[in-house]
Amino acid sequence: MINRVLIAIMAFWLSVGPSHAVQPDEVLADPVLETRARNLSMQFRCLVCQNQSIDDSDAPLARDLRILIRERLTAGDSDPQVVDHLVSRYGEFVLLKPRFASHTLVLWLGPFAILLAGFIFVLHKRRQQVAAPSEAPLSGEEAKRLEKILKDS
Amino acid sequence: MIVETGHFALLLAFAVAAYQMLVPLYAAEMGDERLMRVAPTAAVVQFLLLAIAFAVLTRAYVTSDFSLENVWANSHSAKPLVYKISGVWGNHEGSMLLWVLILALFSAAVAVFGGSLPPGLKARVIAVQGSISFAFLAFIVLVSNPFWRLDPAPAEGKGLNPILQDPALAIHPPLLYAGYVGLSVAFSFAIAALIEGRVDAAWARWVRPWTLAAWMFLTVGIAMGSWWAYYELGWGGWWFWDPVENASFMPWLIATALLHSAIVVEKRNALKVWTILLAILAFSLSLVGTFLVRSGVLTSVHAFAVDPARGVFILLILCLFIGGALTLYAWRAPQLQAGGLFSPISRESALVVNNLLLTAAAAAVFIGTLYPLALEAINGNKISVGPPYFNFTFGILILPLLLLVPLGPMMSWKRADAWAAAQRLWVAALIALAGGILSLVIQIRGPWLAPLGIALGGWLIAGSLVELAGRIKLFSAPTAVSWSRLRGLPGQAIGMTLAHLGVGVMVLGIVAVTAWRQEVIKEMSPQEVLEIAGSKVIFVGESPLTGPNYSATVGRFRIERGKTVLTELKSEKRVFLPSRQPTTEVGIYPMWTGDLYVVMGDQAPDGKRTVRAYFNPLVNFIWFGAVIMFIGGAVSLFDRRYRIGAPTRAAASEPVPAAE
Repeated sequence: MINRVLIAIMAFWLSVGPSHAVQPDEVLADPVLETRARNLSMQFRCLVCQNQSIDDSDAPLARDLRILIRERLTAGDSDPQVVDHLVSRYGEFVLLKPRFASHTLVLWLGPFAILLAGFIFVLHKRRQQVAAPSEAPLSGEEAKRLEKILKDS
Repeated sequence: MIVETGHFALLLAFAVAAYQMLVPLYAAEMGDERLMRVAPTAAVVQFLLLAIAFAVLTRAYVTSDFSLENVWANSHSAKPLVYKISGVWGNHEGSMLLWVLILALFSAAVAVFGGSLPPGLKARVIAVQGSISFAFLAFIVLVSNPFWRLDPAPAEGKGLNPILQDPALAIHPPLLYAGYVGLSVAFSFAIAALIEGRVDAAWARWVRPWTLAAWMFLTVGIAMGSWWAYYELGWGGWWFWDPVENASFMPWLIATALLHSAIVVEKRNALKVWTILLAILAFSLSLVGTFLVRSGVLTSVHAFAVDPARGVFILLILCLFIGGALTLYAWRAPQLQAGGLFSPISRESALVVNNLLLTAAAAAVFIGTLYPLALEAINGNKISVGPPYFNFTFGILILPLLLLVPLGPMMSWKRADAWAAAQRLWVAALIALAGGILSLVIQIRGPWLAPLGIALGGWLIAGSLVELAGRIKLFSAPTAVSWSRLRGLPGQAIGMTLAHLGVGVMVLGIVAVTAWRQEVIKEMSPQEVLEIAGSKVIFVGESPLTGPNYSATVGRFRIERGKTVLTELKSEKRVFLPSRQPTTEVGIYPMWTGDLYVVMGDQAPDGKRTVRAYFNPLVNFIWFGAVIMFIGGAVSLFDRRYRIGAPTRAAASEPVPAAE
């Protein structure tokens, strides 16, 4: 369905070089709204490009999305409302920052879980080591050598 | 005929790789020292054969021999000579050949410079290198052969992707590959140590220079890629968390962790099991990176499925080596002797924290890069993971590490006094605070986090300098004494100071350009003026230009500040033959405070040009910091302790001198 179309368009846009995003005619007169629009457009993926936000891309679809964002903002939408609107139209794929949900649990918590597991492992290891002193007592020869070293220094 | 010679050399190298993999391993197992001696010879011979193959392919590119399918598909007779040469590795087949050539170079280097290694360890290391080489040569010979011919030969080639026709990108892949592949040496040392069941201080001292060399290449390789993206892609970004970038960044993070943990093995004979794992992980991530970039899986899962031969082959190599190494690790690592104890507050513990944070940061990059692929493969659910995710997770994990960097070197081995260490840093804290307040004062607009970021950069820079000052007793001893202490400092110590300082410089650049970047977009006709960051950008006009393999429109811009003309910048829009692909050349005026960056855009229907001007404050600190890190690595690498008094295993059982 849409996927196939997307890939076809993607193949086309991949062959196109550098990009120049926001055009002068898109810019809103109100600087506050414009800043919000810019910040928002960094959060959305240009659906027909490879790994570009709509802020970075000059694909026509990216421009349409930028204009759409500005329309919604001018109409008085809040930032989350704009996000919801785009997601309802284009699916979650449009979000560069996936929502925290059951299917993104590993994504969002994975790195921190690894860090936590690492710390717990280190602490556990240490407790084991302290509990069972691994260092064997000095053998007779070692004691003699130690004595010699101490005397020499 | 010459081409066949190259092809034949490639096949011979394949055979030699098999020999290099099997015979030394057998010899080491049997304890046959005479037979072990074939290992270095095999490694050198394999390198020479691959060098011949590579030279032949290069010659085919230089002479535009389009009877080779690879040359035809990726070159063009009108290309400048330098890009004909860089075109050799600007494509899949050629870059894989470069990959094994560098691998063979590293093996040969171990063979030549590894004179002091115990024969058994040396034979095993070279054998493992041989096995990697064997696998990738099989890949090249069977499914990715650059010597395949076309009959009849076409008259003209298809050309190289024009955005790759750039000096920085010509040397970016060899540098990056030297980093990726250099980590194979640490991997091979780890595997050899697992087979032998022995890891000690001497082992760590042998591994560290190789890892350091690979890390240095990765550092400049990544920095150069980022710099290229900055000036070539035309919107001034310098890091995009693109999967291809992440592929090189993950091994870098783990290599950085490995460098630090190997210190603990070398100085304190602890963290051995963990260091082995890092050595395996670092190269595994290099393989993952190679797979991601070379299999086409990134473009889309579909592209991968259409032509799976190559991807599946690399995936197979990947599973074989990573799986094999981790299995061996699970089996043998528990038998390694545990190292010495250390207190929770000690240099060792500080390095453990460093390792945990770096590894978790690498995990964030790894998960973020592969999660969309995995999710789509599992249930067809398509999500995107982009910069906002990485900035958040990676940022949270790396921030504590950066804060702790100056503290680490202040801690003593075994048991340290954290409060005393912190006290020695009060000057650094003051400087950081001053930097933060200063940037708060001059900050006209910008996020409140920015001054904190500047303070962090100042903390890192001042912290490393304070550590150095303390070491040479600056201000507490006569200058002459300090000077002689400085000259007597081991290269490793100066290298560490420089590397940490480089991180600080980089942080300053990142924070400044992220927080205070300025952008003006305007439609301009000639003589119109645009103002940005206190400078005037005057559109002088545009004119056509014909390059060797492109035609272009050159826009000229005069930069003025007050009454003085600073410079004239050019920004070009090029259209390359034969693909008609457009590219943009930006005009950059570097100043001490940052870059003025001007891009000429498309023509509007009314004839006006869209012009974008950016002021990127301190952006060059990012790459400058990377260069300082590289220099730090080099200074450490040439520490004479690596060369004089090469470690022997007997010395390893003696107490390792705690002198740092």
